[in-house]
Amino acid sequence: MNLFKTTVIAAAILGFSSLSYAEDKPLKVGLMLPATGTFAALGTAIENGFKLYTKEQGDKLGGRAIEFVKVDDESDPAKATDNVNKLIKGENVDILVGTVHSGVAMAMAKAAKESGTILIVPNAGAQAVTGPMCSPNIFRSSFSNWQPGYAMGEVVAQKGHKKVVTITWKYAAGDESVQGFKDGFSKSGGEVIKELNLPFPNVEFQALLTEIASLKPDAVYTFFAGGGAVKFVKDYKAAGLKDSIPLYGAGFLTDGTLEAQGGDGEGLLTTLHYADQLDNAKDKAFRTAYNEAYKLPPDVYAVQGYDAAQILKVGLDAVQGDVSKKAEFAAAVEAAKFDSPRGEFTLSKAHNPVQDIYLREAKGKENPVISVATKALADPAKGCAAN
Amino acid sequence: MMDKFFSGKLLFVGLLFAGLALYPLVASSYGLDLVSKIMIYAILAMSLELLVGSTGLVCFGQAAFFGIGAYIAVMLSPESESGHLLWLLPAAILAAAVYALFVGALSLRTKGVYFIMVTLAFAQMAYYVVHDTKLGGGTDGIYLYFKPTLGSILDLNHPQVLYFFTWVFLVWTFIFLAILLGSHFGRVLAGIRINEQRMRASGFSTYPYKLAAFVTSGGIAGLAGFLFAVKDGFVNPEMMSWHLSGALLIMIILGGLGHLRGAIIGAFAFVFLQEFFKSSDIFGAFAKHWQLGLGFTIIACVAVLPKGLVGLPEVLRKRLYGGRPSSDAQIVLK
Amino acid sequence: MDLSIFLIQCLNALQYGLLLFLVAMGLTLIFGIMGVINLAHGSFYMIGAYMAYALSPIVAHAFGGGFFSVLVIGLILAVILGYFLEWAFFSFLYDRDHLQQVLMTYGLILVFEELRSLLVGDDVHGVAAPEFLAGTIPLGDIMTYPVYRLFISAVCLLLALGMYYVFTRTRLGMMIRAGSTNREMVQSLGIDIKLLYRIVFAAGVALAAFAGMISAPVSTVYPGMGSQVLIICFVVVVIGGIGSIRGAFLAALLIGFVDTFGKVLLPEAAGVLVYVLMALILLWKPDGLFKTS
Repeated sequence: MNLFKTTVIAAAILGFSSLSYAEDKPLKVGLMLPATGTFAALGTAIENGFKLYTKEQGDKLGGRAIEFVKVDDESDPAKATDNVNKLIKGENVDILVGTVHSGVAMAMAKAAKESGTILIVPNAGAQAVTGPMCSPNIFRSSFSNWQPGYAMGEVVAQKGHKKVVTITWKYAAGDESVQGFKDGFSKSGGEVIKELNLPFPNVEFQALLTEIASLKPDAVYTFFAGGGAVKFVKDYKAAGLKDSIPLYGAGFLTDGTLEAQGGDGEGLLTTLHYADQLDNAKDKAFRTAYNEAYKLPPDVYAVQGYDAAQILKVGLDAVQGDVSKKAEFAAAVEAAKFDSPRGEFTLSKAHNPVQDIYLREAKGKENPVISVATKALADPAKGCAAN
Repeated sequence: MMDKFFSGKLLFVGLLFAGLALYPLVASSYGLDLVSKIMIYAILAMSLELLVGSTGLVCFGQAAFFGIGAYIAVMLSPESESGHLLWLLPAAILAAAVYALFVGALSLRTKGVYFIMVTLAFAQMAYYVVHDTKLGGGTDGIYLYFKPTLGSILDLNHPQVLYFFTWVFLVWTFIFLAILLGSHFGRVLAGIRINEQRMRASGFSTYPYKLAAFVTSGGIAGLAGFLFAVKDGFVNPEMMSWHLSGALLIMIILGGLGHLRGAIIGAFAFVFLQEFFKSSDIFGAFAKHWQLGLGFTIIACVAVLPKGLVGLPEVLRKRLYGGRPSSDAQIVLK
Repeated sequence: MDLSIFLIQCLNALQYGLLLFLVAMGLTLIFGIMGVINLAHGSFYMIGAYMAYALSPIVAHAFGGGFFSVLVIGLILAVILGYFLEWAFFSFLYDRDHLQQVLMTYGLILVFEELRSLLVGDDVHGVAAPEFLAGTIPLGDIMTYPVYRLFISAVCLLLALGMYYVFTRTRLGMMIRAGSTNREMVQSLGIDIKLLYRIVFAAGVALAAFAGMISAPVSTVYPGMGSQVLIICFVVVVIGGIGSIRGAFLAALLIGFVDTFGKVLLPEAAGVLVYVLMALILLWKPDGLFKTS
């Protein structure tokens, strides 16, 4: 009975996909994004952004109709290889798009490198993706963890701060962001006097806030996102530190979290590759369209999804929809200038965006731009052979 | 009574293994991948079944042994060429077994829920070592660039070869554990599960038996970890997280405790149910909320299948031929 | 570390420990007394926190608002939920293998997590502390301490005392303790054990939800928050000795101190310290700190 049941289900899973593939060959785009768990909201925004662009293009890219196949990656790296194989081998997708979680993206990068499938990473900032794992068929439309950190290092140094404490979760994204900050900060003569860490995803900050108060640095740099970012900002304010020791962070600290922070984030300075009230026509059009389509204001994740689709279009146009021409695809993308809501950007040899990083100040529920912190910043892409 | 069922069970398992052996003839390459993964989980689930179902030791840290097997396979592999299977595989099993010896020797001092939590504690320690140090690539995990080889005989880069390689170990694990459980050793373990006091009173020193079972289980979990690392070519600290340990427990309970085939059935059922509810071909946009369907299915299983999926034929038989309509109600109410 | 900082850290540790106790208390009831390994405890905590977020506009509309009206309404809903859950999902499981109950609670986690996503969405939300508790008091030269955290600590202490009293001094407490040691005997004494268990389960769910509601202003509300507290709650209950309120209280404080000072003094090992502590204690005392008879 069980065998029967399993066979039926297996047939349902494996059979259906091969049937639908036998039609007139639309371009299959595999979206591997989180639909459950902590990052579910980010996954939705990326998907929305991506689909907004394809809709603008009449649901066609490079002359081919688009068909989406979705997999919930659950932000679980232990399941990542299977999930990505489901798309590559099971669904025979032409294009892979994903994901939010760095560990999952690492597994996707490996699978993409082995199978040669074109992969566009719409968020995960792990440096390895455009570092040691860089490959002609792997692209990123978002950022590397290093970039916002580096820009903020320069900003904090310019503000005249000399001694800074950093605080983040002890995981790769946090480490890489802090490394970027140190690179930018120490280049301008600053010193990081202590790097505070706490285990991911622990959110009991009180002990470390007390530590900060006892160290009395000139400023604090932090990398937190999501629920942790909300709680950190609230706790920092409640501990009375916000007025005495200025807090700076990578933009995720105040992106999509300001409402939940309930005013405690007001005035925080952060750096990111996107901001509110950017004075460019593209952004205005994007925001209006996004708002109309989804009844939601767009965020940086939606922009990254939108730009992932733009990158895809440029590549596909160059090869007339023939994804097997990888070299031409890559050449076109490398040569292109992307007109993004975040402003114009290009891709480096390692395929990470070379982009302006903005300094933003949290006001109400928005992060309006103050200035460009660093112009056309490229990730050092350590370990990438193409670099 | 046992004999009557025995042939039926054996037939079922035989058919299952035969079916798995023939599957590559019709499988898509993704199907091959998926079933390889499930077979690895099945091996892992059987290793846990030896502890939970057969000995009554509920271990909540099986993922650690699995992860250690996987990490050892990757970390001992040379960086620019393939490692040799004949030494990497034993090394992975041995490392997991050694950690199991350490954990078992200490944690077997405790009982019941305390045992559950001590095994969890030791698993979390292993998790944090790979998660928080650079030892194994840190939080984002570490790649295995070249799969181990056995000279030129075995090319594990071939999905088919890898599939049969895994299949062989699945069958081997089943037979090994079946023989083990049928032996004197296995009967002692069963005695410990049913009533450890009495075993002790009748002169058995139960500790060495339990420890031996624990180490065996750890070693087999290490084997599964090795296979997983070779299959995916990527290992990550999440392989050692309590989520996986928990999922394994769920698999064997779902399948039916006290039966080796329950572990295999549970592994297949758990993964297939997930795939089923996640399938957007069937559920469309609602596939995003796959956990809801899975959750209700699990609840329904608990309600109507007190012995797990293994008990399904019995329940069906009662329903079809039993004639006593109250029997089902009894099962539910009991 | 100078003395004033040391004292502040002690306060942090104490406060965190009390918070842990609050969150773990519901588990002590369901797990300690009924012997159900309730993996869904984190979900009940999550449900409480989301109620604090989602009910406040509704309550504000109907009753003119107020944190405490939300609290009361949330508690009532949680009791009803717990009563219903025990009736629908657990009442027929007590004679079965304990692990069947584990499977049941696992199924419930998945269902609740998805219902949360369907009903409230996947965004992060903040919950404001009530106006009169929103202030801070100065501490040391530049730090301040939020009054609301002190309020939580006070609530924890009160609850701990209250539970201790109910357990050791009242008839209900006696029945509950007797029921946990010998189900059949209590039944033969003419006590309706089914009802008793239903009450205990409802109380456990209500306590978990209460913890979620009351800590929502400091913890914030986000998807996956339930599974984050689950394990630490088990650690608290097990270190303390299953079913012991006293033990759980002590264990929570111990973990508060180890975690707080671990983060400062041994940051490399901060994540693992709690587990090392648990392993050491259980190897030293295999039945936890306070074994109940």
